[in-house]
Amino acid sequence: MSGARLEVDVTKRLGDSVEIAAAFESGPGVTALFGRSGAGKTSLVQMIAGLLRPDRGRIAVGGRVLVDRAAGIDLPAHKRRVGCVFQDARLFPHMTVRRNLLYARWAGGRRGALGLAAVCDLLDLADLLDRRPGALSGGEVQRVAIGRALLADPALLLMDEPLANLDGPRKAEILPFLERLKEEAGVPIVYVSHAMEEVIRLADTMVLIDRGRVAAVGPVEDVTSRLDLRPLTGRYEAGAVVAARVEAHDEAYALTRLSIAEGRELLVPRLRRPVGTTLRIRLRARDVTLTLAAPEGASTLNILPGVVRELAPAEGPFVDVLVDAGAPIWARVTRLSVDRLGLAPGLAVHAVVKAGAIDRASLGRAQ
Amino acid sequence: MTDWLTPLELEALALSARVALWSVVCGLPVALAVAWLLARVEFPGRSLVNGLVHLPLVLPPVVTGYLLLLLLGTKGPVGGWLQEAFGITLAFRWTGAVVAAAVMGFPLMVRAIRLSIEGVDGRMEQAARTLGASGPVVFATVTLPQILPGVIVGAILAFAKGLGEFGATITFVSNIPGETRTLSIAIYSMLQTPTGEAAAIRLTVIAVALSMLALVASELLARRAGRRVKGLEG
Repeated sequence: MSGARLEVDVTKRLGDSVEIAAAFESGPGVTALFGRSGAGKTSLVQMIAGLLRPDRGRIAVGGRVLVDRAAGIDLPAHKRRVGCVFQDARLFPHMTVRRNLLYARWAGGRRGALGLAAVCDLLDLADLLDRRPGALSGGEVQRVAIGRALLADPALLLMDEPLANLDGPRKAEILPFLERLKEEAGVPIVYVSHAMEEVIRLADTMVLIDRGRVAAVGPVEDVTSRLDLRPLTGRYEAGAVVAARVEAHDEAYALTRLSIAEGRELLVPRLRRPVGTTLRIRLRARDVTLTLAAPEGASTLNILPGVVRELAPAEGPFVDVLVDAGAPIWARVTRLSVDRLGLAPGLAVHAVVKAGAIDRASLGRAQ
Repeated sequence: MTDWLTPLELEALALSARVALWSVVCGLPVALAVAWLLARVEFPGRSLVNGLVHLPLVLPPVVTGYLLLLLLGTKGPVGGWLQEAFGITLAFRWTGAVVAAAVMGFPLMVRAIRLSIEGVDGRMEQAARTLGASGPVVFATVTLPQILPGVIVGAILAFAKGLGEFGATITFVSNIPGETRTLSIAIYSMLQTPTGEAAAIRLTVIAVALSMLALVASELLARRAGRRVKGLEG
């Protein structure tokens, strides 16, 4: 089922002023539904799960129709095989972790390819089996919730802000498990979030939701690099997402060499990733400066030749400049600099990237 | 036990217990269904059903008993039909006392269960559905454990009510020793005889003790079930 594609085209009126009208398709891997709170992400997830009925439209997973109002099809939630991991986990408090994990088996009659042992192994749950949810930490609770959904043999796994209730250290504890899940579980995942670093780290495809509508769909790198979408994606610190490959480590200087495009390389502080790994990295716009000529005698290690593609005003005196340096890179410069350098689309420039520019929290593994 | 309870007292006590137990056993499934309807389903006439359920709580018990007699007596519309179709007679039988106790205890059960259903965390039920559980399975595995404290409280209150029921019972099924003379009716009867006061006091003590026991038991059971549901103990 790893190739299952999700097709969504629904409308739903919620109250007087809110309407969701969203259409998108996503392939295998992780699809992020990204948007600010109240954008309608959770309602979309509920419609996919069968907990909310769309007024109009159709949802299918791997060609299997879950709901099609025009055709009069509306599978109840328990027949959809859509696993859910909720923000608030929703473990059954009166059952042990084991009973919770196996709930789909004894109460739902589901039998999947993944067994209890494999799921315990994947999520490191073996020591928790006989505990009760009340005695678990927030991170453990979410791991159990993920395991419980996996054991329901889902054709699609929905994760509705699974990390939103956790503090920083707990998030860091769960993220590696989510990365393993993505690689090993073989289930397409829809990941709802309003935290860009999670999206960059986990998602392949990004569906940008704004006021109930799909503002953009595409690979994470593309959607996050578009300057016109910045009001929606740029609530966090502005920056571009770039796919990179670990080429070599330099132990003597504690640096790692990454290639981001043919012949374009970056030296960054040593990353604990094996050579050959493909990563997704985010370069903060404020850590990139532009020069017309290649600087000489500078301390900066990373100087990438490129061409200015687009300029967009940012807050205050700043302008964000999109530079094509083999990969799209953002630079945040002042308006004064734009005028002095005569920055305009088509102009050849050099992007100077600080070695520490990589947003380490956002390191994701690209597929 | 027989040393300090006369056979007559024992008989009244056993009958009361039997009547109360059966009234709960028969009333509980209906109370669950009605509480569910009132808490979860929007239907026309909901407030009418709600009023009807609570009627025995506000009517004088004698009136309830008289209405039961009119309805379920051998000449009543329902009672007559029951007798003709199934040969079942309720009036002046211990089974009739069960009906009277069940009707009187019914609002107590429905109230307690309905409150607990309204307090159920619907998100848990949603989670169970996404895991493949159908409606009845979700109810049995997720909803019922959550409302168990309310169900226990309702059942024990109704049991206590059934033990001591007097007005509706004596009106509907009269005062027949060994058949319908329950604890309260026995106390009443003894007070009617000049020498019965001592016996009445003994029975009163028993009644008080039983009622206290029921209340304490309900409190303990409900607390335990509550703790279980919160995942605090096994």
